[in-house]
Amino acid sequence: MSQAIPAIHVSGLCKRFHTTQALDGVSLEIQQGEFFGLLGPNGAGKTTLISILAGLTRADSGHAAIMGHDVVRDYRQSRRALGVVPQELVYDPFFNVRETLHIQSGYFGLKRNEGWIDEVMHHLDLTQHADKNTQRLSGGMKRRLLVAQALVHKPPVIVLDEPTAGVDVDLRRSLWEFISRLNREGHTILLTTHYLEEAQALCGRIAMLKSGRVVALDATRNLLKLTNEHCAQLRLDSEGVPDAWQKRLQRDPDGSWRLNFSEYSDLETLLADLRAADTRVLEMRLQEPDLEDVFTDIMKRA
Amino acid sequence: MSGLSALFYKELLRFWKVVVQTVVAPVVTALLYLLIFSHVLEAHVEVYPGVSYSSFLVPGLVMMSMLQNAFANSSSSLIQSKMQGNIVFVLLPPLSYLEFFLAYLGAAILRGLVVGLGVWGVTLWFATLQMPHPGWLLAYGLLACAIMGALGILAGIWAEKYDQLAAFQNFLILPLTFLSGVFYSIHSLPPFWQAVSHANPVFYLIDGFRYAFVGHSDSDPWLGLLVAGACFVAISAITLALLRSGYKLRH
Repeated sequence: MSQAIPAIHVSGLCKRFHTTQALDGVSLEIQQGEFFGLLGPNGAGKTTLISILAGLTRADSGHAAIMGHDVVRDYRQSRRALGVVPQELVYDPFFNVRETLHIQSGYFGLKRNEGWIDEVMHHLDLTQHADKNTQRLSGGMKRRLLVAQALVHKPPVIVLDEPTAGVDVDLRRSLWEFISRLNREGHTILLTTHYLEEAQALCGRIAMLKSGRVVALDATRNLLKLTNEHCAQLRLDSEGVPDAWQKRLQRDPDGSWRLNFSEYSDLETLLADLRAADTRVLEMRLQEPDLEDVFTDIMKRA
Repeated sequence: MSGLSALFYKELLRFWKVVVQTVVAPVVTALLYLLIFSHVLEAHVEVYPGVSYSSFLVPGLVMMSMLQNAFANSSSSLIQSKMQGNIVFVLLPPLSYLEFFLAYLGAAILRGLVVGLGVWGVTLWFATLQMPHPGWLLAYGLLACAIMGALGILAGIWAEKYDQLAAFQNFLILPLTFLSGVFYSIHSLPPFWQAVSHANPVFYLIDGFRYAFVGHSDSDPWLGLLVAGACFVAISAITLALLRSGYKLRH
């Protein structure tokens, strides 16, 4: 894998819009076949980075390449290798679904692409809407059409810019099943999302951006190790807790107690002390650290 | 198909889907002009000896319709795509700036020619024209649509809102076409306005086009061809330079 040409290579990218430094020296390498997450708060530079990869925005300095093709110099090859699902829910109201896909396919110089167009429509549940004008599609269907448009030329690299913003649960699930399948079949996926649980579940590696800089870049499982903050929630049969634990435990509005801990021995000690005090545990729930804790931590420190 | 032909096809399909608005409406408008002006002026005006006012007016109306519709096609397509954000579908694929230009230009020319043919067709009932110089007809027709198609691309890229495009249309295109001798010969104007008219490139387009039909013109058709050709080259060069730089399209 390390010998292969990276799917996405970005080095020293800088971009300034008037007074805002949107990107401030971003370097990244995403290998072929990865499911890569790009996270960051609004205005961190995620969309600017994607726009540069797609050729919609020109970097002030630095380089970007898709499958080894420079996005400026070899823009024809780099754009052929890239499928972008834009963040905005855009559509052309003059055409129906099939025409939209047929035309988009033509832009990439593809003749007789009907077989693949039918397949993409089938997988995205668009077949029965093929002859519907795009104006008459629901929001979810428009989103799926955008995904279909990005896939119409079978790009090896697919970029999804917040594809599930404002999308209902069913569609979100079917979308992820389809994207995961594409990833298993060898497509490289670059995803930006505000739903951190999605990124945690799907992405093998994650980069976090803040103010145009990469502030974290690692495998998702390594990032999760950065925080040790476990949390136990307990419901007890008595109102009080042993004096030694008064300060460590927090009372929740529903009457249960919460312990934040980094070592499981803390929890063992608490349980032992409760037993010694003859207090019974009625219910206990454990929360593993998640990406949101890591994200919050990293954003605070960066 | 190549990216260029796909974009050209998309632009054709776009105006063909709203053919009533893009072709039938301008034909009806031209017909109304013809009915009203020829009714009022037919008996009073003879611009060239032996040429009826209707026969004088028809080539002007055909040309005016072609000019306005070629401009409208590329400019409105671009501004709509920009406003609705679907311009991104054209910016993401591997299309060169030249392909982009040629596709929009080609569709604008075709729309102009279709409308021109339509106007000519319905006016046949009112004025049968001899057309002694078909070569000039073709040259001026194509060149006029090309100039306005390219200008439409330029305006469509430049405008950020519909009212900016409307301003371009109302304060530039419309006065240039109306004050170019569609309805009158500029020889009937005072010398000052005659000189002003000679500075209007649209005047040469109408004058040369009319020459193909009636065999009379206010100025030499070769001079007109030179002016029109220079205009097309200049507007295309500016538009291509803007497209190449990504002006207002790629940030």
